[in-house]
Amino acid sequence: MAASEDIAELSAMVRQFADDQIAPHAGQWDRDKHFPVDVLKAAGELGLGGIWVAEDVGGSGLTRADGVRIFEQLATACPTVAAYISIHNMATSMIDTAGTQEQRERWIPGLASMGQLASYCLTEAGAGSDAAALRTTARAVDDGYMLDGAKQFISGAGTSAVYVVMARTGGSGAKGVSAFVVPADAEGLSFGANEAKMGWNAQPTREVVLDGVHVPADHLLGEEGQGFAIAMRGLDGGRLNIAACSLGGAQAAFDAALAHLRTREAFGGPLIEQQSLQFALADMATKLHASRLMLHDAADALDAGAPGASATCAMTKRFVTDSCFEVANSALQLFGGYGYLWEYGVEKIVRDLRVHQILEGTNEIMQVVLARSLVKGRR
Amino acid sequence: MNIVVCVKYVPDAQSERAFTEDNTTDREGVDGLLSELDEYAIEEALKIAEAGEGEVTVLTVGPDDAAEAVKKALQMGADKGVHILDEAIAGSDAPATSLVLAEAIKKIGSPDLVLTGMASTDGTMSVVPAMLAERLGLPQVTFASELTVEGEGVKIRRDGDSSTETIESSLPALVSVTDQINEPRYPSFKGIMAAKKKPVETWGLSDLGVDAGQVGQANAWTAVLETTKRPPREQGEVVADEGDGGTKLAEFLAAQKFV
Repeated sequence: MAASEDIAELSAMVRQFADDQIAPHAGQWDRDKHFPVDVLKAAGELGLGGIWVAEDVGGSGLTRADGVRIFEQLATACPTVAAYISIHNMATSMIDTAGTQEQRERWIPGLASMGQLASYCLTEAGAGSDAAALRTTARAVDDGYMLDGAKQFISGAGTSAVYVVMARTGGSGAKGVSAFVVPADAEGLSFGANEAKMGWNAQPTREVVLDGVHVPADHLLGEEGQGFAIAMRGLDGGRLNIAACSLGGAQAAFDAALAHLRTREAFGGPLIEQQSLQFALADMATKLHASRLMLHDAADALDAGAPGASATCAMTKRFVTDSCFEVANSALQLFGGYGYLWEYGVEKIVRDLRVHQILEGTNEIMQVVLARSLVKGRR
Repeated sequence: MNIVVCVKYVPDAQSERAFTEDNTTDREGVDGLLSELDEYAIEEALKIAEAGEGEVTVLTVGPDDAAEAVKKALQMGADKGVHILDEAIAGSDAPATSLVLAEAIKKIGSPDLVLTGMASTDGTMSVVPAMLAERLGLPQVTFASELTVEGEGVKIRRDGDSSTETIESSLPALVSVTDQINEPRYPSFKGIMAAKKKPVETWGLSDLGVDAGQVGQANAWTAVLETTKRPPREQGEVVADEGDGGTKLAEFLAAQKFV
C-alpha cells in the first residue's frame, strides 16, 4: 500500500476546507478555549472521522501514507484541531481493528461521521511514560466489568460520546491490561475541570474519573490482556499523525515568516535581502523537507507492516516534532516583536507544537523505543 | 426529478486574468476552475435529488480543461456529466452559448428542472439563463435565493432592493440561483474517489445538430473592439485630525454625496 492515486486531490480538498473553515477562526478558538464540534462534524462529513477505517462501517478506507499528507494540510490551519482529529481517528480505528463486527457496527458509523467523538484514555496521574504501570482496574462482575480509577490529560473528555479506556483486568505489567469502550452516559463516569494549558486550547483536556462504572461484557475490545498491545498499535500511527500536525503547523509558520521578510523593510530594504536571515530560512526549509520525507517513509513502513515499523515511527515522531518546533520557533524570531503577539498567529503555533514533543509518548520514550530495537538487533 | 445543472469553467478570479489578442478571455495562461457561482446551483440540485428521487446531470460548454468543472461537480455528488467540446465554439457570445446548451439539454432528455448559477464569475452577464429558458420554451425563474419543490411546481424567493418576491412556476422550468441560497458542500473523500467512475459524455456540434456557422467568434452578435486594463488604485486622501477631524470627514462625505 502507498498513498492513493487520488491523494493530491484529497489533500487539496482538505487544504481548502482548512483554509475556509478553520484558519480564519483558529486564533479566536485559541483565545476563547473553544472546541469547534460543529466544524469537526463538517470534517466528518468529508470523511475525516475514520480515515483508515474500513468502508463497510462508514470509514474512508485510506492508507497511513494518505493520512500523514491529510494531517499536514489540516494542521496548516490549526495544529490543535488537526491533532484532535488525529486522536479521534486513533480511538476510532482501535475499535475498527480490535473490535468484533458487532462492535464495529454499533460504534463506528457515528464516530466516522464525527457526529460522535471519541477519546483515548491511557495516561494516568501516576502512569505517563510508564503506561504499563496503570492502576485503573476492571473487575469482572456477573454481567460484565466494573471499572475504577482515573485517567489524566484526556483530549475531548466531557464532550466525547465514547471513551476507549485501558484498565487492568489481570496481574501487573502490560499483559494485565485490557481495552474497553465506555459510553459517555455510563453511570459513575465523570470529568475534571478543563485544564489551563500553554497551548492546544481549541480542544478540552480533562481528567476522566471512573467510579464504579459498569460496562457489559461486550464492551471489551479484543480479549482480556490484549489492551496494552491494542493501545500501542494505535499509538504507532497516532505518533505519525501528531508529527504530521507539527509539520503542517511549522510549514504555516515558515510561510508566514517568509511573507513577513519580503514586506518588512529595515536597514534600507526588505529584510529578506539580509543574508543571515536567508541562512535561517534555508535551515528551516531543510528541516521541513527532511521531516516530510521521514513521515512519508514511516507511513509507508506502517502501511506495509514492515518489521521495525514501530521503531521507525518512534524516530520519525521525535525528529519531526523536534525539528518542526525549531522551525516554528525560528519563524517567531524572524517576526521580531510581532511574532510574540497573539494577533499574528505565530506564537500560537509555537505553543501548540510544543506539546507534540511530550504527548503520544515523550520524545525521550521515542529514544527508548528506538534504542530497544537497536539493542535487540532488529534494525 | 431529473435535473440538469449548467456550469462554466472560468479563469480563477483570484489570479491575474487577461485577454488574448483577439479580445477573448485568456483561458490558457491562467489557472481555471468551476465558476464559484455555479457551485450554488450544483448544491441546490444535489439537495433536491437527495430529498427525493432523481438524477443530477452536469453540463458544460468549453475547451478541454472545462472537463475539470464537470469533475468537480461529480466529486460534489452529481451523477453524470456532459461536456460540449468543439473548436468551432471558441469565442461564442451568449446567444450562441445558449443555443449549444439548449440543444445539449434536448439531447440529454427532458429534465424536470434546469438549474444555473446567477452569472459566471468571468463574463458576469447573467443573460444565458434567460436565453436558455427561451430557447427551451421553459418558464424562466431567475435569481432565486430560496427554492422549494412543491408538487408539480417550484416556488422561489427573489430578493430585490426594496421588495422580496415569491414566484411560483410549473415544472419543467429553468431556475437560476444566487449565492444566498445555500452553502455549497466540499467534495468528500468518497466523492472524489467515486467521481472517476461516473459517466461523462463528450459531444461536438455535429452530435447536437448545430451548424458551426451559428456559433463561434466570427458569428457572434457582439464583438469586443478593445480592452483596457483598469488603472491601479490611487492612494486615498488622508485627513489629519487637528481637532476638526469630524467636521472634515463630514465635509468629505457630503462632497462625495455619500451623506
